Amino acid sequence: MEGYITIDGVKTPINGKKNLLEVIRASGTELPTFCYHSELSVYGACRMCIVEIEGRGIQPSCSTPPEDGMVVHTHTPEVMRVRKMALELLLANHHGNCQTCEKNTKCRLQELVQKLGVKNVRFDESGETLPIDDKNQSIVRDPNKCILCGDCVRMCKEVQGIGVLDFAGRGSNVRVCPAFGKNLNQVECVYCGQCVSVCPTGALTIKSQVDEVWKAINDPNKIVVTQIAPAVRAAIASEFGITDGEHALGKVVTALRRVGFDRVYDTSFAADLTTVEEATEFLNRVAEGKHLPQFTSCCPAWVKFVEQFYPEYIPNLSSCKSPQQMFGSLAKRYLSEELGVPRENIFVVSIMPCTAKKFEARRPEFAVDGDPDVNAVLTTQELIKMISEVGIRVADLPLGSMDMPFGFKTGAGIIFGASGGVAEAVLRTAAGSEANANVTEFHEVRGLEGLKEANVVVGDKKLSLAIVSGLSNARKVLEKVKSGEANYDLIEVMACRGGCIGGGGQPLPNDMAAREERKNILYNCDAVQPLHNAADNPYIKECYSKILQRPNSEVAHKLLHTKYRSRRRIQGEDVDLTDTKSVEKIPVSVCIGTNCYLRGSYDTLRRLINIAKDAGLADRFDFKATFCFEKCMSSPNVKVGDKIHGGITPDKAEEFFESVIKPTADIKANEKLEV
Amino acid sequence: MTPSAAKVDTESEAKRRFEKVQKIIEEYGTDESALIPILQKIQEEYRYLPEEILTFVATALDLPPATVYGVATFYAQFSLEPKGKHLIKCCDGTACHVRKNQPVINAIRQELGLKDGKKTTDDHRFTVEIVSCIGACALAPAIVIDDVVYGQMTPEKVREVLSQIESADNAEATK
Amino acid sequence: MTPIAPLKSPQDLEELKQKAISAIKACSTRILVCGGTGCMSNGAPAVFQAIKDELAKAGVPVRADIMSDEDEKAISLGYSGCPGFCQVGPIVRIFPADYFYVQVRPEDAKDIVEETVLNGKPVERLLFVKQDGQICKTRNEIPFYKNQVNVVLAECGVIEPGDIRDYIAHNGYRALAEALFGMTPEAVVDEVTKSGLRGRGGGGFPTGRKWAATQATQSPKKYIVCNADEGDPGAFMDESIMEGNPHAMLEGMIIAGYAVGADEGYIYVRAEYPLAIQRLRRAIAQAEEANLLGDNILGSPFSFHIHIKEGAGAFVCGEETALINSIEGRRGMPRPKPPFPAQAGLWGKPTVVNNVETFANVPKIILNGAEWFRSFGNEKSPGTKVFALTGAVVNTGLIEVPLGTTLGDVVFNIGGGIRTGKPFKAVQIGGPSGACLTKDHLDLPLDYDSLKSVGAMVGSGGLVVMDESTCMVEIARFFMQFTQKESCGKCVLCREGTKRMLEILEKIVSGRGRIEDLDLLEELAIAVRDGSLCGLGKSAPNPVLSTLKHFRDEYIAHIVDGVCPAGECEAFKSYTIIEEKCKGCGLCAKKCPVNAISGEIRKPFKIDKEACIKCGACVDACKFEAIMRA
Repeated sequence: MEGYITIDGVKTPINGKKNLLEVIRASGTELPTFCYHSELSVYGACRMCIVEIEGRGIQPSCSTPPEDGMVVHTHTPEVMRVRKMALELLLANHHGNCQTCEKNTKCRLQELVQKLGVKNVRFDESGETLPIDDKNQSIVRDPNKCILCGDCVRMCKEVQGIGVLDFAGRGSNVRVCPAFGKNLNQVECVYCGQCVSVCPTGALTIKSQVDEVWKAINDPNKIVVTQIAPAVRAAIASEFGITDGEHALGKVVTALRRVGFDRVYDTSFAADLTTVEEATEFLNRVAEGKHLPQFTSCCPAWVKFVEQFYPEYIPNLSSCKSPQQMFGSLAKRYLSEELGVPRENIFVVSIMPCTAKKFEARRPEFAVDGDPDVNAVLTTQELIKMISEVGIRVADLPLGSMDMPFGFKTGAGIIFGASGGVAEAVLRTAAGSEANANVTEFHEVRGLEGLKEANVVVGDKKLSLAIVSGLSNARKVLEKVKSGEANYDLIEVMACRGGCIGGGGQPLPNDMAAREERKNILYNCDAVQPLHNAADNPYIKECYSKILQRPNSEVAHKLLHTKYRSRRRIQGEDVDLTDTKSVEKIPVSVCIGTNCYLRGSYDTLRRLINIAKDAGLADRFDFKATFCFEKCMSSPNVKVGDKIHGGITPDKAEEFFESVIKPTADIKANEKLEV
Repeated sequence: MTPSAAKVDTESEAKRRFEKVQKIIEEYGTDESALIPILQKIQEEYRYLPEEILTFVATALDLPPATVYGVATFYAQFSLEPKGKHLIKCCDGTACHVRKNQPVINAIRQELGLKDGKKTTDDHRFTVEIVSCIGACALAPAIVIDDVVYGQMTPEKVREVLSQIESADNAEATK
Repeated sequence: MTPIAPLKSPQDLEELKQKAISAIKACSTRILVCGGTGCMSNGAPAVFQAIKDELAKAGVPVRADIMSDEDEKAISLGYSGCPGFCQVGPIVRIFPADYFYVQVRPEDAKDIVEETVLNGKPVERLLFVKQDGQICKTRNEIPFYKNQVNVVLAECGVIEPGDIRDYIAHNGYRALAEALFGMTPEAVVDEVTKSGLRGRGGGGFPTGRKWAATQATQSPKKYIVCNADEGDPGAFMDESIMEGNPHAMLEGMIIAGYAVGADEGYIYVRAEYPLAIQRLRRAIAQAEEANLLGDNILGSPFSFHIHIKEGAGAFVCGEETALINSIEGRRGMPRPKPPFPAQAGLWGKPTVVNNVETFANVPKIILNGAEWFRSFGNEKSPGTKVFALTGAVVNTGLIEVPLGTTLGDVVFNIGGGIRTGKPFKAVQIGGPSGACLTKDHLDLPLDYDSLKSVGAMVGSGGLVVMDESTCMVEIARFFMQFTQKESCGKCVLCREGTKRMLEILEKIVSGRGRIEDLDLLEELAIAVRDGSLCGLGKSAPNPVLSTLKHFRDEYIAHIVDGVCPAGECEAFKSYTIIEEKCKGCGLCAKKCPVNAISGEIRKPFKIDKEACIKCGACVDACKFEAIMRA
């Protein structure tokens, strides 16, 4: 759109902006909004951005396309009255105390109430207090603070392609919640935290583990060790008033020691390790031509996504643990040996840009005899709060360096935080060892776009790569792979657009502009490192010579690799299909979760019921349809008694009934009953 | 389409008709625009929208369960809770309130085993609702069961009235 | 029913029309029982059956349908649509004599058959009697009808909606043939534009302009959507059209499809209209059978298919973008406009969304021309409008008058004045989105612009007449309660604003209002009106704002004087035992749930006003009418 608009008497060029709001903001007036987000579809509900357009009356500027010649007034008395009334009405429903709220001083409702001068709430607080959902380890959902802007709904649906949250009810009963009002841990949430990043109030916040960490620090028996992720260092400078961004990390390291951490390490070290393991795994797969494309596995939200929605691609996931977990595993083993303490006395804290890492750290397979490899995860936001609690003026601190050996990294480990970073790190290692500055840089994989494709030549191999960020893009790529439309060798997937630099735990604002800045910091850090190829890291080499022997060895597998399992998406009840009067019946449950369903499990069920009826045995069995045994790989699944049998397609129903079901009722196979 | 006024059978009987869901989905197809007609047909069949069925429909239509839940809770026609065979409405108008209807309501809920805000008994025989003034203030406290007004209720009378209804049901079943 | 052969050309249609006309003409007597929802729930089916039985008893053969004219002696018995005068239903009409029987009972069937069918004479006791005692034989003698002008409703009550050939006999689908074979799509849009037809659903937007905008948007796929989600409480105009003459609406939709380039249409009907849905389904099936719907209509290259989508109980789905969302299978929440449906509507494609009545006007406009249409109504608001006239008038029912008819004409000349004889107080026009008009507006022409100029709107056509016994504050509260319940919840102003307005109104009618509340109420109303996202929210404050404007004194009386001037609000009623009438029987005291009445037997009892909860049980109990409630 070209042309000019008159805004409050000033002629302003449109400059191709897509809506009136953007033109007004570009002209220097920051119109208030709750529900407008440049990356999400226009919702138009909060009514804060309304303006008076001559000849058209009061219109929302976010959804109105600009037209040459429009005359707009942004602050007529009528418009201001509507905005203030909207805020007053929101406050009347906003249960909760600002002072103790997580978002105090960072809440947009608070900000606008102040800015627009709302001094009085003339309505009584109404409505019941809704229960807070804090049953998962990553995100806290407080519906009492929700202003129904719908940003989280649209973020989860449009950018992440999942849709865990949606509006339910109507009118003043409307609330934002997961299906059936369940908690996030009962539905298909992957804990990426993007909803937290867009929430303007304290309705969605990060679950804090700061208290746990304090407890460990104050426990004289514990050695508290921390690892900082690369993406964290790129985001903290402005939070601490540090103007020279490259020195931010050094000051934070000092701050962490003052807070009480015994050792400060770098996740980038572990990222180097991950790179070596994964590159080796990848080249093996390419050589064997098996389990391709290979998917990266360092993003826990992505892993959960695959386990829930595309379990058939579990074999394609790299078996490598993420850097966070590799670090925990290695550090506890190494440090307990070196310091001569049991591993339970070592408390590993990882500082991450990511909320899903909290979920990852608690995965039962990432523990040894009940002692987790990573004890607590603090997001960048929590780190900032923890340091502020102590009152340390980070900007005034002297620079510090990390502890060895886990504090030494190459540039490859640092760029893990940006989308394309893991792929580039793997490519650098696969390309061979060149310990000088003329290392191969792979610019094709860099950038914030959600889907990048690259064809690179490594040695004598032509490799096709896809770099994906944002889970709805991941879905698209998976569907293409499924249909055979796409043929990639390696696919890097990060749940958050732009990579971990945009993680759910990063400080706000966490928009694309912030991510662009953070990305540049990471690549700059990489540029000044003496080494850029993970395999060149001398301390990584030492790890192999002392502990791991060689990449993908048995020891390496035990410490640094893992397995995955399919998951059900929503917890629910079984559906009874027959009369359940008698207690003597043998339960036969057929899974009708998606995978089994798509392979005909429903028909299997029908056939089994009919076969039983025909044989006069309908009253001996209790046929149920059930949701998800989480054995999607062997679908369709039927559970008889306690045992789950896989692969029972409809054509196998009769045989299955004879050989497996009937005998459980103490009836010999092929025995015919008198009916 | 208002739900038919058919008798509510026991829970297992209702769920046995899960096969009907399959047929309904086949009839309307799996496009998102088929969601509302599918839900309407399911409600007609089951007298409400069971949670498991909604999840199943979400899977069949490739929609997030939260979205299906959102549609089911938006329209007044849809009920996510099954109503029992006998609807007991307890009047909470001023007169009944003043005449101590609360012990009566408590007695009803206790007798029927309804705890913690549960409105319908497990066997789907009774649903208990609190309603505003039914206009029978001279009979306060009053309750209405299946459009029949029972006036001057006391906790003692509750047991009598409920057992009357249950025996009538049993007599009908054995006919 | 005799099968309907597909019509492969306009000539086929003309042939069928002539056949139908002569078949109907050849029928000596035609009995039409009103089959609108109102009469159907008021005993019409029993009347129908009784007539059928009596005819059988009398040995009079009845045609299977209007086309079965083999037996010369056979007469015709069928259900028509709503003739409009719902107050006096069940209605039975006899043609060709045009006898108009009112309040017919099954017992009357015998006389109808004997006197009218067999002897050609009217059954006098079933005819309408005017207030001055005069008997009206035919419909047009009845005052209710005399001042109406029926365009859209012309066939309602005259044809059987269940038989497409009846409609065809009355020029049905001729307009479609004319459009398909004699006009270009642009010419059709032109004619509708020239006619000045404005949206009859409430918006009053020029229909031609809407069609032109949709036609201008390039897209291989376009849609026609008919908004039949008539949700205003007390409105049944669209219901009657769908039940009485569904084909007019279908024909209008098909013509619209041809005009803008759409090949598919949806009718969104509210689920609470099962009879209308039934009649529509049948009409569509018959039109498809006759090749007036489907592929290659009447042998032309134009194809059009219509689907029915049922609403699921949400008044907000009457808003066009919410309606579109509902058809798409989502929550019925409105979308911001722009883009308008003409640019991006159903599934993002250019869509025409029009009301039932708007579509029903189209065939006659095409057939008779824009000039003819303009001969009704006035320059800016041509044509007629169907109103549902209810409330305190003598004659309630469905009426159709030229736009521009004055309010006074409607209330007094058609409505017959106030039933109770009390003075006229106000009219609520437009339902929960509408405003009220007072006796100062009796000369106001009912048309789009005149109403807008006084802060009101035509709306869907609901007209509720009120006399002095209606409390205007309670009216505002009643409508706000409705709107609040139906708010979709998307934008904070409507969602929370209506809730808070309702809170204040409830306080006022229950005697707890404070004077500051009035200012806050007005402030809220203006904010909600200015800031809401869709029409529901924007118009929700109308009843409040207009009653505050014209009846502010009533609000003040409630708040400051503790009095409800109309005597309606329970909280202000005072219960007193009239000493002279009281026999001292003590029955009232026994019934009182709060023991507020005391006294000695055989002496006048007394009510303690402080304890009284105004439930009225004593009034019901008293056999001597000794308790006054005022």
